[in-house]
Amino acid sequence: MRLKCLIAGTVLAGTLAGAALPAFAADELHVPLFSYRTGPYAGSGIPIANGMHDYLTMLNERDGGINGVKIRITECETGYDTQKGVECYEQVKNDGALVISPYSTGITLQVIPKASVDKIPVLSMAYGLSAAAEGNTFPWVFNPPDTYWDGASAIIVDIARREGGEENLKGKKIGYIFLDAGYGREAIPLLEQLSSDLGFELMQYPVAGKEMQNQSSQWLNIRRDRPDYMIMWGWGAMSPTAVKEATKIRYPMDKFYGVWWSGGNDDAAAGGDAAKGYRTLNFHGVGSDFGAIQDIKKYVVDAGKSEVDPAKFADNLYNRGVYNSMLIAEGIRKAQELTGKTVIDATDMRNGLENLDITEDRLKEMGMEGFALPMKLSCEDHSGHHKVYVVEWDGKDWQKSGDWFSPDVEMVKPLLEKAAEEYAASNAPWPERTEPCLN
Amino acid sequence: MLYRESGQYKTSYTADQAIFPIREDRIGMAILLIVALAIPFLVSDFFLNAIMTPFLILALAAIGLNILTGYAGQLSLGTGAFMGVGAYSCYKLTTIFPDTNIVILVMISGLFSAGIGVLFGLPSLRIKGLYLAVTTLAAQFFLEWCFIRIPWLYNYNASGAIEVPERRGFGDIVLTGPSAAPMTQYFIVLAIVVVVTLAVKNIVRGRIGRQWMMIRDMDIAAELMGVRPLTAKLSAFAVSSYLCGVAGAMFIFFYLGAAEPSAFSITLSFQILFMVILGGLGSLVGSFFGAAFIWGLPIVLRAGLPAVGIGVGAETVFHIATMIVGALIIFFLIVEPHGLARLWSLGKEKLRVWPFPYG
Repeated sequence: MRLKCLIAGTVLAGTLAGAALPAFAADELHVPLFSYRTGPYAGSGIPIANGMHDYLTMLNERDGGINGVKIRITECETGYDTQKGVECYEQVKNDGALVISPYSTGITLQVIPKASVDKIPVLSMAYGLSAAAEGNTFPWVFNPPDTYWDGASAIIVDIARREGGEENLKGKKIGYIFLDAGYGREAIPLLEQLSSDLGFELMQYPVAGKEMQNQSSQWLNIRRDRPDYMIMWGWGAMSPTAVKEATKIRYPMDKFYGVWWSGGNDDAAAGGDAAKGYRTLNFHGVGSDFGAIQDIKKYVVDAGKSEVDPAKFADNLYNRGVYNSMLIAEGIRKAQELTGKTVIDATDMRNGLENLDITEDRLKEMGMEGFALPMKLSCEDHSGHHKVYVVEWDGKDWQKSGDWFSPDVEMVKPLLEKAAEEYAASNAPWPERTEPCLN
Repeated sequence: MLYRESGQYKTSYTADQAIFPIREDRIGMAILLIVALAIPFLVSDFFLNAIMTPFLILALAAIGLNILTGYAGQLSLGTGAFMGVGAYSCYKLTTIFPDTNIVILVMISGLFSAGIGVLFGLPSLRIKGLYLAVTTLAAQFFLEWCFIRIPWLYNYNASGAIEVPERRGFGDIVLTGPSAAPMTQYFIVLAIVVVVTLAVKNIVRGRIGRQWMMIRDMDIAAELMGVRPLTAKLSAFAVSSYLCGVAGAMFIFFYLGAAEPSAFSITLSFQILFMVILGGLGSLVGSFFGAAFIWGLPIVLRAGLPAVGIGVGAETVFHIATMIVGALIIFFLIVEPHGLARLWSLGKEKLRVWPFPYG
């Protein structure tokens, strides 16, 4: 009996040791994806994870990888939990990971200080720490195409447009309902600044993570306060609940704005017909009328290599996952071009992301014409503060409303610089940038 | 044969009252200690960082809860929040006194946690059992609210998170922060856990520990025999919260590196409670078993299942791991309600007469 236990134990320990130290194969590109298909944020996490996975799989199937090198895609389930996220990070760090996509602002905040030590770039696409856009302070962190502060600024720009100018915002009341975590708080400093600059009153309605499906008290307050506009920073189960509650108190939906992350199809659909007019920001195309999306359908979904529910193929958050993976793939391609090698490491990847320059021609080549705008990063600017546009919910799908427009970059930029300085000061001794600039 | 105490005569009270009176136990502990010291040189950073260090830290937290629930019989659901108090006070201390050695600050931060623990332990003088659990639940929610709503605690950080700054000590070794070596952090945690566990073992064996157990077994009888419930219960709360506080501070400073308030949610409290129940109420070694089981098993399963070809997606592995852990908890509670510690002592009993059980 004891002998059996001993053998079983040895086998188990052996498996563990084998699993903890996977063999490092040289001729591949390891792209780990931190995903959450479980837990209260799975509603948003599943389409993102599918989109990211499927685009990379499509590159493997259609082109045999990037410049002939296969991409090894691994998923690590975080459940949007920071503890598990750190565990995932430790797991992939020594496994040749080229880039980290934490997909959670909380996890991003944890890995930012580690990234510069372990020399692995973090790509937090339009989430995470806004100040990380300052490439000279955060050489290893990227948040293209826009930071949260750009997002908050863009919403105010759009509101000002509808009101006929920034001066008309004076005396208006703007409500901010947000997930009370690192993610939702990220936009507060900018909104407070804008409120004192433009003279509107900012009213905050925090929603605690564990009570995000019970927002009746917040919306009762909103009904009492009657803000002229509402802005939401919601994620997971919070967004559909908020949309539902907004329709319940008959809040005018065309005055209800969500950040890009609150723009899932399921989020808006929760409000039924009454949710028509709900607006969110966006920075990529909706629908499946794009060459690249059609290729995913052909090579991945129809071939049964995807986990996506066919009815939810190419919905808004799925396309965002595709966009995110496109940035990763382009970063790899750029790194290969810069180094002349096909198999790159994480340091090359950082250079690739920093020199990312996706032109109109390149978009056409990828079958993404009209799906995204050209974008360019530099050593100083790791976000780019690109243009965004507003989509409106028509009861069935998202429709483009108005043209692409730019956030108030002149206003956001100095604040970001200040925030980056503050971050470095409060985390002293923060390492100086030693990485050479190639552009 | 190997494990036999016959022939070992004690000739002094000191020898008779030693923590490990049996020679084989002493040898076993020495081997264990050598293994613990050798592990960092043998395994990968992942194993050290993601399994060993948090295992030791959580074992200390489980010991903390075990003092309160296992030894003193006061059910608590506020462990996560008490750990949070330790973490936040250590963070505040190190920002106020940046030059003090972080290990000293970790040990001091437990005192703040102990103070808060005593405060929330006061109701235990009037209420018992499940009702007390409800009041500690209130402590959990109240303290969590404080971590979110009192910006002073996290130095007005815009994200509401605490980020561990880099601290050096013992010469110029980096102790905390992202550039600290996993090995350094492991050794610090190991040293703190070993020293504190030894101290606790002695408290538990002594007058104070016996008072706790008397209160647990029958508080009226204990009172009649001269045990003051006030001091006994509150000292249990203080020691327990101190240990949880130290564990919480280490959890952030030597493992996570940064934390949001949600790191100290009720989930963590339950996780620790499961460790205590599964490991064995009223047993120190059980706390280690419980922590190893609850923390280690999901990671082993998640790493091990794909290696043997089970599970396709990351989330499937995750689901399977959760189900297996859940099933094992139920299995253990049915087969051995006194926890893994009881299995361990049964094993020792058997080993004592092996290989001639009827001899």
